[in-house]
Amino acid sequence: MRSGVFFSDYQGDMQLRRLPLEKLRLGLFLAALCVFPFFADTYWLTLANQIAIATIGALGLNVLVGYTGQISLGQGAFMAIGAYSSGIFAARFDIPFFLSIPIACLITAAIGVFFGLPSLRLKGLYLAIATLAAQQIVEWVITHWTGLTGGTEALVVPSPRLFGVRLNRDFNFYWISVGLALLVALFVANLFRSRVGRAMVAVRDQDIAASALGVDVFRTKLVAFATSSFLVGLSGALIAHYRGIVTWERFTLETSITYLAMIIIGGLGTVSGSFFGAAFLTLLPALITTVGRDLQTSAPGIAAVLPFVQQGVFGLVVILFLVLEPEGLAKLWRNVKDYFRTWPFSY
Amino acid sequence: MDTFLQLTLSGLTNGMVYALVAVGFVVIYKASDVINFAQGELLLFGAYLCFAFVGQFGLPWSLGVLLTMLSAAAVGLVIERTVLRPLIGEPVISMIMVTIGLSSVLKALVNGIWGPRPRAFPAFLPSGEVQIGSAIVGADRLLTIVVAAVLLGLLSLFFKTTREGIAMRAIADDQQAALSMGIRIPRVLAIAWALAAVSASIGGILLANIVGVGGEISIVGLKVFPVVILGGLDSIPGAVVGGAIIGLLEVYTGGYIGHGLNLIVPYIVLILVLMVRPYGLFGKEIIERV
Repeated sequence: MRSGVFFSDYQGDMQLRRLPLEKLRLGLFLAALCVFPFFADTYWLTLANQIAIATIGALGLNVLVGYTGQISLGQGAFMAIGAYSSGIFAARFDIPFFLSIPIACLITAAIGVFFGLPSLRLKGLYLAIATLAAQQIVEWVITHWTGLTGGTEALVVPSPRLFGVRLNRDFNFYWISVGLALLVALFVANLFRSRVGRAMVAVRDQDIAASALGVDVFRTKLVAFATSSFLVGLSGALIAHYRGIVTWERFTLETSITYLAMIIIGGLGTVSGSFFGAAFLTLLPALITTVGRDLQTSAPGIAAVLPFVQQGVFGLVVILFLVLEPEGLAKLWRNVKDYFRTWPFSY
Repeated sequence: MDTFLQLTLSGLTNGMVYALVAVGFVVIYKASDVINFAQGELLLFGAYLCFAFVGQFGLPWSLGVLLTMLSAAAVGLVIERTVLRPLIGEPVISMIMVTIGLSSVLKALVNGIWGPRPRAFPAFLPSGEVQIGSAIVGADRLLTIVVAAVLLGLLSLFFKTTREGIAMRAIADDQQAALSMGIRIPRVLAIAWALAAVSASIGGILLANIVGVGGEISIVGLKVFPVVILGGLDSIPGAVVGGAIIGLLEVYTGGYIGHGLNLIVPYIVLILVLMVRPYGLFGKEIIERV
């Protein structure tokens, strides 16, 4: 019987997945992801695409908030920048999507660094308020710079095509969004085994101690802002190409709040938590809508209150998680795993 | 000149509402270092409560406002006890997020009970017009400024003279020292939340009296941030001055420049203040040396 996890070499100890069981689980998960689209209908494929895109965004936000400890309420703005720049390059300059998306990511990263500059002086809640202002300003610029963004009108993005195949069908896009989400997850998991990632964690835990240990705090924060906004821009750009239109309403302060809630419900500073949170907060409104639709026959007035039910449940879930399980779904999942690791002889 | 006077008056009206909401925000921040994103929703809830008492149940004004204040205080107490107290000592982001969750719940509650449609508010301040010099201004706006100013004065008196007010200032100054002097911190935190809810709901009533009740009045909750950053996060006079300045700045840009710039000016001011003077006009400067 296994009594713990022991390794006699560093290589074994530093693997991302250390136990045979973990490898098996990962393999099963990947296999399920490959098989899923052949059995799912459009509804579930749409949800899967949304979850994959949200996972990328949540991972990006987690790099900044969960791992580096820089609170940002500007997630919606950065997603908007990614979506609009990719959309504008594709729609106005006929640049194919596989070029416009990376360009959009780089632009978002550059703007992210710019908004990260105040973090030199500001900490904690001051930074949160500064990013709140950034969110409002970016929203205003998007709705008022009509010549570039189309203002409050929707920006129509041409369908991404590769060798004549239209990619923004749910089935085709699934492979792009899920593939990218997996790549990003791998990248983030590896980032925090590297020197740069460890420096970010050190800055989060105690910035003064980190700088005493030779970490360039300001540079680390800026790298975190750049990495984070690159990924967030990616998720924004994917939304633009997946939906085919970009509207500013999808990238408001509410978006920022939803993403913050994702990483808090999922678990701050964990890769799996970003996925759990994204899945949870994508499926929850869908579930409420479905239940509401089923109840429609017995309670006709329910359609009118559904948005408020969603809003209220969202707030309640956030509060309950913070009060009862601040480490989120990732911690719950870890508890389950720990329980079964030595099951049935847990003592 | 007339436009100027009218703009000034309407800016001051908004500014005083901002100040009332901001004072609640500052009280909570000073006592517990929590920044409250639900302040705008407390205002919304207060306005709707008053609307229910007066407009729907037909109670007289004085009683309606009194009941609103009492229920707002109760709401503040309940929030502090059930949501904030378990989170004492948690990191900043948890505190921010829990108040955001709270704002979402309050908004849903208001929409669920009263519906999303904006409604007319039964006017209680005389809505006649007053002539100042050559300009004609609404009497309700003038009275709003007066009422808010009196309330803010009473609040500062509360902090200067009453036992609870002094306890609150002691906690803001040094929590450990206050604790060792026998001040019960949980009690003071509860009072802080009740006070914040009451002052926000009065702001809500005054605002609703002019523009009616509807979901969009909770936007004031976001305007609070420029106000308190400009005035200093931990300064009550700062909240009043900041409220007036932001309110005036908004209407002046709206009136003289236009282009919807008035929507964004508070946030530009916020960023500038954070860059140049993060502790605001009257805030306590915290120096951290490495």
